[in-house]
Amino acid sequence: MAKAPAPKKAAPRRKPAASKSATPATPERERPAEPKRWEADKDELLEYYRQMLLIRRFEEKAGQLYGLGLIGGFCHLYIGQEAVAIGLQSALDGDLDSVITGYRDHGHMLAYGLDPKEIMAELTGRAAGNAGGKGGSMHMFSVEKRFYGGHGIVGAQVSLGTGLAFAHKYREDGGLCLAYFGDGAANQGQVYESFNMASLWKLPIIFVIENNQYAMGTSVNRSSAEEQMFKRGESFRIPGLQVNGMDVLDVRGAAEVAIEWVRGGKGPIILELKTYRYRGHSMSDPAKYRSREEVQSVREKSDPIEGIKKDLDKAGVSEDELKAIDKEIKGVVGEAADFAESSPEPEPEELYTDVLVEQY
Amino acid sequence: MPIELKMPALSPTMEEGTLAKWLVKEGDTISAGDIMAEIETDKATMEFEAVDEGVLAKILVPEGTDEVAVGTVIAMLAEEGEEAGDIEAPAETPKEEQPVPEAASTEQDAKDGDSSAKPKENDTPASLSVEPEVPEGTEMEKLTVREALRDAMAEEMRADDRVFVMGEEVAEYQGAYKVTQGLLDEFGAKRVIDTPITEYGFAGVGTGAAMGGLRPIVEFMTFNFAMQAIDHIINSAGKTNYMSGGQMRCPIVFRGPNGAASRVAAQHSQNYGPWYASVPGLVVIAPFSAADCKGLLKSAIRSTDPVVFLENELLYGQSFDVPKMDDFTVPIGKAKTVRSGDDVTIVSYSIGVGYALQAAEKLAGEGIEADVIDLRTLRPLDKAAVLESLSRTNRMVVVEEGWPTCSISSEITAICMEEGFDDLDAPVTRVTNEDVPMPYAANLEKLALIDADKIVGAVKKVCYR
Repeated sequence: MAKAPAPKKAAPRRKPAASKSATPATPERERPAEPKRWEADKDELLEYYRQMLLIRRFEEKAGQLYGLGLIGGFCHLYIGQEAVAIGLQSALDGDLDSVITGYRDHGHMLAYGLDPKEIMAELTGRAAGNAGGKGGSMHMFSVEKRFYGGHGIVGAQVSLGTGLAFAHKYREDGGLCLAYFGDGAANQGQVYESFNMASLWKLPIIFVIENNQYAMGTSVNRSSAEEQMFKRGESFRIPGLQVNGMDVLDVRGAAEVAIEWVRGGKGPIILELKTYRYRGHSMSDPAKYRSREEVQSVREKSDPIEGIKKDLDKAGVSEDELKAIDKEIKGVVGEAADFAESSPEPEPEELYTDVLVEQY
Repeated sequence: MPIELKMPALSPTMEEGTLAKWLVKEGDTISAGDIMAEIETDKATMEFEAVDEGVLAKILVPEGTDEVAVGTVIAMLAEEGEEAGDIEAPAETPKEEQPVPEAASTEQDAKDGDSSAKPKENDTPASLSVEPEVPEGTEMEKLTVREALRDAMAEEMRADDRVFVMGEEVAEYQGAYKVTQGLLDEFGAKRVIDTPITEYGFAGVGTGAAMGGLRPIVEFMTFNFAMQAIDHIINSAGKTNYMSGGQMRCPIVFRGPNGAASRVAAQHSQNYGPWYASVPGLVVIAPFSAADCKGLLKSAIRSTDPVVFLENELLYGQSFDVPKMDDFTVPIGKAKTVRSGDDVTIVSYSIGVGYALQAAEKLAGEGIEADVIDLRTLRPLDKAAVLESLSRTNRMVVVEEGWPTCSISSEITAICMEEGFDDLDAPVTRVTNEDVPMPYAANLEKLALIDADKIVGAVKKVCYR
């Protein structure tokens, strides 16, 4: 059993392994360019820092509220994976592109600029929540921001996302769909049904595999015959890139390549983001399937927020500036939590609304 | 002995077809595998291959002949050593040698307008063709259920660019049951999309496209295969609006044949009406007549809600009067009284309505006048129509071509007990399929399915006759 967390193994700047390991059966296929680490200016770096920190602090607070019984049911935290959503989101065209993900969705909602108060109020099941308290942690949506949820059945978002991409192509609106799923979902049959149709019809979709190494408690090497998830599209002629998901600039660089490929009409592409969740699968997960040392080692060596601090330092950002941001974020999250605790629950009549849209 | 070449059955529900073309002539030497003729069914044109060797002695059915019954001798083949000229045609073609289950023989695919071959159509009471949704004096046209469904899709596709149809064999093959015939020609490959055999995947793609603002019609070759996709129908399409607090719509139609076909055994013969009708968040429609199929499918395509639209293969070829109107729609959620009477209420839906009407005619001959209600929509259920009729007749039989347990008929029974108890002069009685997987053998299949006689028996029981 491999103890070493994958971010250490996932050498981010190595040649894309797809071309390296290409067999003679598929030598002539066009491949995407090798991604480069994104060169961000100071403002951009500060924005990444701010957004990743917001997710981190928000999720920590959500964990606390869960412990206090204010959040119920399933609650899947995004701590450790922040660079993935932030790096990819920053490269999208917010007016055009659509996004869909699974149930670990708070981080994505924050990344798409939604009000932390509304998100936290959804977590506490309040009327002011994003879905009026009817969705909860796993089912968050913002059609206005083209964020299509928030889906609780593992892998369902992959075919739904393929449908969103179909709609982009049908309408010829130039948009693409970013469909996030985990290493666990990557073993679902409908993922491959979707790969087949997406490639057959050249749909504008980026399949984003957030490989956080564990499908609930089952590690990738215990569940996957081919652990290199980015190769999973080869039989469907979908190229894949393996990316260090713990470095927001690596993620952003890969996003550029993927978006160029998809917008160029070349059909789908797979991005495998090697990442790591520090917390359990959900709040009720004691995480006995991995050692404390393993988690600690990733936090120390690969943490995305600590990582970007080095770039910020090089760009001349002072400790004080970062401290000011930390304080600001703390305020935002505290305010969101207060709001979510104090705002009222949905009216009882809401039980019966939104079942169907029309009256028959 | 000369060999009799008989009109072949080219599908489980084919009863007759057109001998379109002979590709061989009398006197030709035939080898096994030679293509001898082209035969048209209502679904497709098929090539008829020789299985025996010999000389084609006589052609008994000339090309271009319509309505050639399955089993009719169409030609005679002289075997080696026989003189082709000596071959005589058989005296009379035995038409119905094999036992055909009632359901198949009365409800099977028929070509448009051949009412002579379809006694059941002549039996159809006049009330059937009277559409309360239609203005007085509206001209009617005879259409098969299949044509009505196709017309509904075509009209809505003309009216709204967002509407498209996807599924297995819907485009180039013209539909596995020919329901999408002609759509590819009119609307092109962008809007009439052949999918791989991948129900889970394309149900998800369709649902996602609906979430993204399109209006998909997803055809399942049959609803048996939608079991692969039921997660998206229920969990993705049916729940999204609620989970998102009313933000995210999913205007999609899942349609295809449902219920027992004919002689296709357990995995291909079942009624999913009760399954889908149990799910809040879905609209479920299961019409009987061609007019309702057309009007309700148009309403379904226009609805902002996800709709499961359950058709019936055995009804596809049946003809009904359909109003000739520019834009004929039928409201979702409204049952229809298809025959009026005051002695007993028979409630049914889909193919069961046909049996109920047959039974009502028989009962009328014995002095029992039945009110026959076609539910048409299974969710939301038109309780008011059911209870109103019960309040007049005080007796009810619920007819369902499907299993009895946790069924639409058990739901209707519960409603009558909870909300119509004081109106009941007899227990509500159900006529449903037997509680077994569908058998293949013709006699067993017939025993498993409902028919008019079973309904007559149940009605007499609740009338204490």
